[in-house]
Amino acid sequence: MIRVENLVKVFGRIRAVDGLSFQVKEGEIFGLLGPNGAGKTTTIRILTMLTRPTAGEVYIAGHRLSTEAEQVKRIIGVVPQHINLDQELTVWENLELHGRLHRIPREERRRRMEELLEFIGLSDRRHDLTPQLSGGMKRRLMIARALMHHPRVLFLDEPTVGLDPQTRRKIWELIRQLNHQGVTILLTTHYIEEAELLCHRVGIVDHGRLIALGTPGELKARLGKAVVESFYNGVVDYHFFGSREEAVNFAAHLPGTVLIREVNLEDVFVELTGRRVRD
Amino acid sequence: MDFYAVLWRELVVLKRGFWKFFASRLVNPLLYLIAFGWGIGRSVQMPQGSYLEFVIPGIVALSAMTTSFGAAGTPLNMARLYHKTLEEYLIAPVSTFSFVLGRVLAATLRGLIAALIILGLALLFKTKLAVGGAFLLVLFLTCFLFSALGVVAAMTINSHEDMANFTTFIIMPMSFLCGTFFSTAKLPPGVRQLIEILPLTHTNLALRELGAHGSFPWLSLGVLIFYSVLFFFLACYTVRHCRD
Repeated sequence: MIRVENLVKVFGRIRAVDGLSFQVKEGEIFGLLGPNGAGKTTTIRILTMLTRPTAGEVYIAGHRLSTEAEQVKRIIGVVPQHINLDQELTVWENLELHGRLHRIPREERRRRMEELLEFIGLSDRRHDLTPQLSGGMKRRLMIARALMHHPRVLFLDEPTVGLDPQTRRKIWELIRQLNHQGVTILLTTHYIEEAELLCHRVGIVDHGRLIALGTPGELKARLGKAVVESFYNGVVDYHFFGSREEAVNFAAHLPGTVLIREVNLEDVFVELTGRRVRD
Repeated sequence: MDFYAVLWRELVVLKRGFWKFFASRLVNPLLYLIAFGWGIGRSVQMPQGSYLEFVIPGIVALSAMTTSFGAAGTPLNMARLYHKTLEEYLIAPVSTFSFVLGRVLAATLRGLIAALIILGLALLFKTKLAVGGAFLLVLFLTCFLFSALGVVAAMTINSHEDMANFTTFIIMPMSFLCGTFFSTAKLPPGVRQLIEILPLTHTNLALRELGAHGSFPWLSLGVLIFYSVLFFFLACYTVRHCRD
């Protein structure tokens, strides 16, 4: 459904995206996971035609992005990271504007707006101006807006940043429902559990490159089954093992505090992208 | 008809804040009319008619210019830099031409309303001014060209402060120098030629000529059409090239 080939984006001296290639299958929820500044947002901006790539090519549903922008715009929906609802319009008018920009005929437009307001649970807030909504409501409205024209591919850039756990789960539920309806989804996140619980496949990105790709299970299997976390002399150490027995045997001879647990996606992420904190 | 979707949004917003907009457009020209018409104007001798009659077409032109430039420029600059709502249009299957046309027509409408407010005030001040089709055409072109210039400024200027500076350094001098409050005929040569290249000068010349039943100002009309086409083309260019 999405094919990204050797994508490069250079801003001055920074290579934000550095030869990125991957494919997203139809009907998949695909996550781009990476630390801050890894190039996730730049990638999604290129895929949604808000930024021009320096080199490389993208195909969406067989359409080449650089030459068939109009066709691509009709089949993709975009939920950006920042809230960009029109503050001078009501909930209803925000949806209506999107419908009009996509030339949806009046009757169909109204039907779709009712349906989506129901879907995101904002039917009773339709006449409110958007600054009156809470953060979670705004995020849901942005998703509804992106869905007005029945996109086949939905791009979500950090869809749950800054939301409380309840709202986050509600958003995940919406994303799963959409996926069940056949929408292919590409999202970016730096939340491990979001990638682990929601995505069929995850691509880990760092310094603009893809450093690992697979299902969350496959990625975890790379490190092993069990991890021993030891804490001794103020230093935390991680050791990975193919089986629980090996881990237990190893842990038996360690001084200090020891924790044995299953490998999670966070371990994979940290092992691959390094432990240093960065911005 | 794609431009109508863009225009529709602007009309919704205009309708919602209409009276506030109306009142804000009343204040400046009213002050100018009082200061230059009743105040200074009483002691100024003009070859024909009163100074008030001379200055009203100027204030109409001035208000048309500042209103349409501001109505197109400020919100678009904010939409691009702060609210990021411009992205909603950039990801929609709407052509650049339609987007610019929708925005420019909306700002033109605001400019025309502002101009009509002053023409209404002029009636209260009991001035003789002939407002016909050609007069309105000149006003329309003025609003259109300054709206398009507003789009160019909004798309190329990268901060809200510099947007305000553009008004201070470009729009404000034009409003005083282009024959709004005094005839450019008395300016020294050189300065005069420079002033006569500017579009607002031709709006003033054309409106005065038409308002006093004079001959048809073909040259001024041509200049205004030239600037309208040029700025509209530039506006489309800047929107098309705004992706980084």
